[in-house]
Amino acid sequence: MARAVSNRTKTLNTIVAGTLGFLLFFPILWIVVLSFKTEENAIRAPLEVLFSSGWTMDSFSAVQARSDYFKHFSNSVIIAVGSTVLGLIIAIPAAWSMAFVPSKHTKNVLMWMLSTKMLPPVGVLVPIYLLFRDFNLLDTRIGLTVVLMLINLPIIIWMLYTYFKEIPGEILEASRMDGATLREEIIYVLTPMAIPGMASTVLLNIILAWNEAFWTINLTAANAAPLTAFITSYSSPEGLFYAKLSAASVMAIAPILIMGWFSQKQLVRGLTFGAVK
Amino acid sequence: MSIKRTLLSTAVGFGFATTIASMASAEEITIATVNNADMITMQELAPAWEEATGNTINWVVLEENVLRQRTTQDIATGGGSFDIMFIGAYETPIWGANGWLTPLNDFADDADYDLEDVFQLVRNGLSADGNLYALPLYSETSFTFYRTDVFEAAGIEMPSEQITYTEFAELAAAVHDPDNGMYGTCQRGKAGWGENMAFVGTVANAFGARWFDEDWNPQLDSPEWNAAVTYYVDLMLDSGPPGASANGHNENRALFKDGKCATWVDATSAAGDVRNPETSSVADKTDFVKAPMQATAKGTGWFWSWALAIPASSKKVDAAKSFLKWSTSKEYFELVGETKGWVAVPSGTRQSVEEDARRVEAAPFAPAVVEAILSVDPADATLLPTPYTGVQFVAIPEFQGIGNYVGQQVAAALAGQSTVEEALANSQDFAVREMTKAGYIK
Repeated sequence: MARAVSNRTKTLNTIVAGTLGFLLFFPILWIVVLSFKTEENAIRAPLEVLFSSGWTMDSFSAVQARSDYFKHFSNSVIIAVGSTVLGLIIAIPAAWSMAFVPSKHTKNVLMWMLSTKMLPPVGVLVPIYLLFRDFNLLDTRIGLTVVLMLINLPIIIWMLYTYFKEIPGEILEASRMDGATLREEIIYVLTPMAIPGMASTVLLNIILAWNEAFWTINLTAANAAPLTAFITSYSSPEGLFYAKLSAASVMAIAPILIMGWFSQKQLVRGLTFGAVK
Repeated sequence: MSIKRTLLSTAVGFGFATTIASMASAEEITIATVNNADMITMQELAPAWEEATGNTINWVVLEENVLRQRTTQDIATGGGSFDIMFIGAYETPIWGANGWLTPLNDFADDADYDLEDVFQLVRNGLSADGNLYALPLYSETSFTFYRTDVFEAAGIEMPSEQITYTEFAELAAAVHDPDNGMYGTCQRGKAGWGENMAFVGTVANAFGARWFDEDWNPQLDSPEWNAAVTYYVDLMLDSGPPGASANGHNENRALFKDGKCATWVDATSAAGDVRNPETSSVADKTDFVKAPMQATAKGTGWFWSWALAIPASSKKVDAAKSFLKWSTSKEYFELVGETKGWVAVPSGTRQSVEEDARRVEAAPFAPAVVEAILSVDPADATLLPTPYTGVQFVAIPEFQGIGNYVGQQVAAALAGQSTVEEALANSQDFAVREMTKAGYIK
């Protein structure tokens, strides 16, 4: 039964939530503001930045002239989408087996997979770098796709496992009784029912892969560098590059921000799934 | 007719052979570099080299700390991701001695290149065991930037001879006027061996301190270090801007150019930017004197050089050397001067460039920069004897970790989170532990 909430409380909650939302969003807003300023104006006092200086697209032009944005963008798309798709191909059967044919070690396996996310990435940087060197995978999109898939695989499996657990096993049993093979059971029965959950998983993992900045910077040079490397090329402790850095950041986050905006319903559902039983 | 045909066919054949040869030798090289004004200029001018040689360049531009970590990892593992790396005076001798860099001694025999024209100090700083491992783009020491108009208004004349840090603190306090947006001095406070410790390291040298004694025992708990760090903290609290522990080179440069600082002891390479009326509001109100001294004048100005080196793992050494030769040659500096203006020419590297009349006219401070650079001796930068070289850093691999840790401790003392004594005691413990682990001491 819903609890009665007074209008005053509603207004107060809205104000608090709006303020918190604005505070969380403020850094991004400020990056957008600075990206439309000259370097000299970008370092002025905040109020001067907002009201006493002109607006310009110069930083965007300068960034585009110095860097090949579309090359970095296409690398980001290929790596983010590729690693998510590859992860799904491995995670769907894994999550299926753990959700519908659990053994006494299933919980331990799930916890072990999650524990790999707790390892600081830098701890395995040198071994992975050496493996990449020996297999000629340094600065290749395929190498990065595989690494990001491996990094996000525990999350993909966990999310799919949680979704699959919500699907009644009887439906799968019925399909088996109707003569469906394992492959048909997964592709034609399980997957359509789990599509909303899989959509959330895909979206979240594309965002995680898009924003990943440790491996994408450390394992690339000129050919496979995605937008994270594009941003860092405008960061400098010497000289003024705030406006250009902001412009590069806006160009890098805009595609994923737009995607996230349009799919926020699925995203929120994916992130909160299982919270209410 | 037959002679014509022969000549024509010979010319076509020669042209064809040349094209084939250039196609065969055309290489694609990858350069890892930082994002600063000099390197952006190089990126803009590099197509001239690409057109002349048929080679192409992939630029990998990274933030300085990321570049340092990325190149260290690649070179230490022999990854071979880069053909040229933009590295500093700290890494070059260490990496060279490890056999990670390609020796560049053959440039000494190249009369066109004229290696002798590069300042001896800079060549020495980029060498190890008698081998040259990198060619410099620009070099810097530190000196004092001061506002002539502020001192004039306060009725104070800045002495032209080297003053002491005690006198410097008095001058900074005299012109400190925070209510009117003028801070007596702006110095680096952001933690890091290349940030606050660059300045603090030179102050420590001036106060007679040293990082290690002759047997590599850390000396951070010495009275000299205590005096130096106490002086630094007091100076910043008395005459510095608020929140100074967050300010690095970049922030201070912006503050100084915005007219908020009366004095600033920092890199000579910032002089051109500060004196450039297009980028600075204090271009015509800034002058320079030597960095202050105290118990000694040794090691009071740091030494740093950004240079280009070829990793030993590169498979395109010839093309890389060709680019190195072009990008650090007299012709390149001339090209920068003609296209970007002589004030923007990378400074502190070539004697002929610094003495060029066009350079002196555009950058009247150039002789002061040269004088400051020539007064530095990384091999003799402390009052007491040491087993190491380096002014603001110690040229051993362990220094990066130690310097960063001490930098954090000093920044904490500046922010009021600990006392100077605590900061230095922690630093000493850390340094002893690291040096013991590395086998320098038992």
